[in-house]
Amino acid sequence: MSDIPSNAVEYWKANLRLIVGSMAIWAFVSYGCAILFRPFLSGIPIGGTDLGFWFAQQGSILTFIGLIFFYAWRMNTLDKKFGLDEE
Amino acid sequence: MDQFYINLLFVGGSFALYIAIAIWAKAGSTSDFYVAGGGIHPVTNGMAIGADWMSAASFISMAGLIAAGGYANSTFLMGWTGGYVLLAMLLAPYLRKFGKFTVPEFIGDRFYSRNARFVAVACLLAASITYVIGQMAGAGVAFSRFLEVDATTGLIIAAIVVFIYAVLGGMKGITYTQVAQYCVLIIAYTIPAVFISLQLTGNPIPPLGLFSTHVESGVPLLEKLDEVITALGFRDYTADVDNKLNMVLFTLSLMIGTAGLPHVIIRFFTVPKVADARWSAGWALVFIALLYLTAPAVASMARLNLMTTIYPDGPEAQAIEYEERPQWIREWEVTGLIQFEDKNNDGRIQHYNDTEEFEPTAEARGWEGNEFNYNNDILVLANPEIANLPGWVIGLIAAGGLAAALSTAAGLLLAISSAVSHDLIKGAINPNISDKGELLAARISMGVAIALATYLGANPPGFAAQVVALAFGIAAASLFPALMMGIFSKRVNNKGAIAGMLAGLISTLVYIFIFLGWFFIPGTNNLANTPDNWLLGISPLSFGAVGAMINFAVAFIVSNATEEPPVEIQELVESVRYPRGAGKATGH
Repeated sequence: MSDIPSNAVEYWKANLRLIVGSMAIWAFVSYGCAILFRPFLSGIPIGGTDLGFWFAQQGSILTFIGLIFFYAWRMNTLDKKFGLDEE
Repeated sequence: MDQFYINLLFVGGSFALYIAIAIWAKAGSTSDFYVAGGGIHPVTNGMAIGADWMSAASFISMAGLIAAGGYANSTFLMGWTGGYVLLAMLLAPYLRKFGKFTVPEFIGDRFYSRNARFVAVACLLAASITYVIGQMAGAGVAFSRFLEVDATTGLIIAAIVVFIYAVLGGMKGITYTQVAQYCVLIIAYTIPAVFISLQLTGNPIPPLGLFSTHVESGVPLLEKLDEVITALGFRDYTADVDNKLNMVLFTLSLMIGTAGLPHVIIRFFTVPKVADARWSAGWALVFIALLYLTAPAVASMARLNLMTTIYPDGPEAQAIEYEERPQWIREWEVTGLIQFEDKNNDGRIQHYNDTEEFEPTAEARGWEGNEFNYNNDILVLANPEIANLPGWVIGLIAAGGLAAALSTAAGLLLAISSAVSHDLIKGAINPNISDKGELLAARISMGVAIALATYLGANPPGFAAQVVALAFGIAAASLFPALMMGIFSKRVNNKGAIAGMLAGLISTLVYIFIFLGWFFIPGTNNLANTPDNWLLGISPLSFGAVGAMINFAVAFIVSNATEEPPVEIQELVESVRYPRGAGKATGH
């Protein structure tokens, strides 16, 4: 159990940075654009309503998909860079 | 051909397919039974997660909820998809690396405590059993509407089919049937949506149609819908909400709850590698989004269609005469999901919002009350008929609704039976049980779980509507924080985790019970369930997020006041954080 690779700490820090950044976008599109900031975005019309409505019914979901694939791709790169991937 | 036989053909055909898959994918070991042998491709797993996750609520009820609430109910769309971001980044890859069969097993090992494992089992059982009741009841209702058998008979047929593929195949059988069920349900959902979108906007892609121009009137679809419903006293479809705090917390509760539901988490144990667990989450959300991006389009289009059916010449003109109502209204009236009462005896169907502000308008038009009520579920169930689509599309909707209910039920039943056979029987009662013995125990507990779910589905305990809130509340307030802290903190110890789980669980249950009645017994609530009584305007359904915060806070405070976890546990936490060295999921 105690054979923890020496660069595991660095790897974890890089992962945490990536998670914090991704979660910031996650919160920004859903809680931000779709809910709290909707009144400020009401000037941007989109198909009969405003940008906030679009984020609430489509934009957030599309962003979530993008975020997960971006995260998966970045982490796989990090796994290899730090030599911590599965053989 | 008679509609009944078309429905029978579609439902019977899909059931035969599920059973054929079950015979092909028989489980031979506990590894097959719990994690499908651990060799599922991430795209296949993503599809299975889609069916596992999308229940009768997503398939039948969600579009109706959005149609009724408009923008305000976008919470369901964001809440039930945003949880996958949490799963992909905060839970799935690390739990896959840990490589065991069940969720309570991780909690028990990480917090080196049998009691922690039992608390987790209790939370899992409470969340999953309440959730499965709704699925079985939903399957029974779908049977009775489309195949003209009574709900209990329908329920028993559904239970037998689930029994065959879940007991025989375990996770292996469930995985491949879920893939088939996903295909059935997504085709059933999108075909009517494409036709309706074409009819109303000329755009064959429903999510694009939602923001396109309404062909008949030349104004954007959503503007047209707002115009029609506000003329009848309803709330503006796209209107903003005032209570933003509650909207944020409700969305957050759904997201955290989604990420903490054990039947979803265990699906990530079936892939060969940690990297696959990450990809699976992405693919799962792609497959889920196909339905979740279509649902809001179905919602607004079906609502507009319904309004134009009742007011063919616009909301300012006369409503349709009752005797001239279309065939689908006649058919759904029989089920009681559509009700008409001619209050002013003019032979026409007046449908409007009976509010004080609208009363002068209604009086001026000679209306004496809203005469038309419909259950939100018909917006999806009657969708093909409203759009005049052929009979086979209706048969498809019947098969799709059942696929959605049964795939989720099977996933939940597996989570329940593995908690009983692996966490209770092997984990506590008889640790020396052989693999064969455990497999038999898993099959028996699955059988018992199906019998219990069928019984409760046929005799719902009177709180069926609230159970989903309960399941999400429990998952959000108890399981999600414990799992996340187990991975992201080395400092949280056994005492902290148990105190946190109990604090989160109890605070959430108490808050729900105060407003909805103790154990949902009608009349036992201490306060009326109205926004004035809610703490800071937080509804009982939104409290799961607050319960999760209480869980985190209590766990940190208690852990910091007590001793550090042992060195080997801290090393265990280190080791789940990187993929190297992951094997297939095991029970040892």
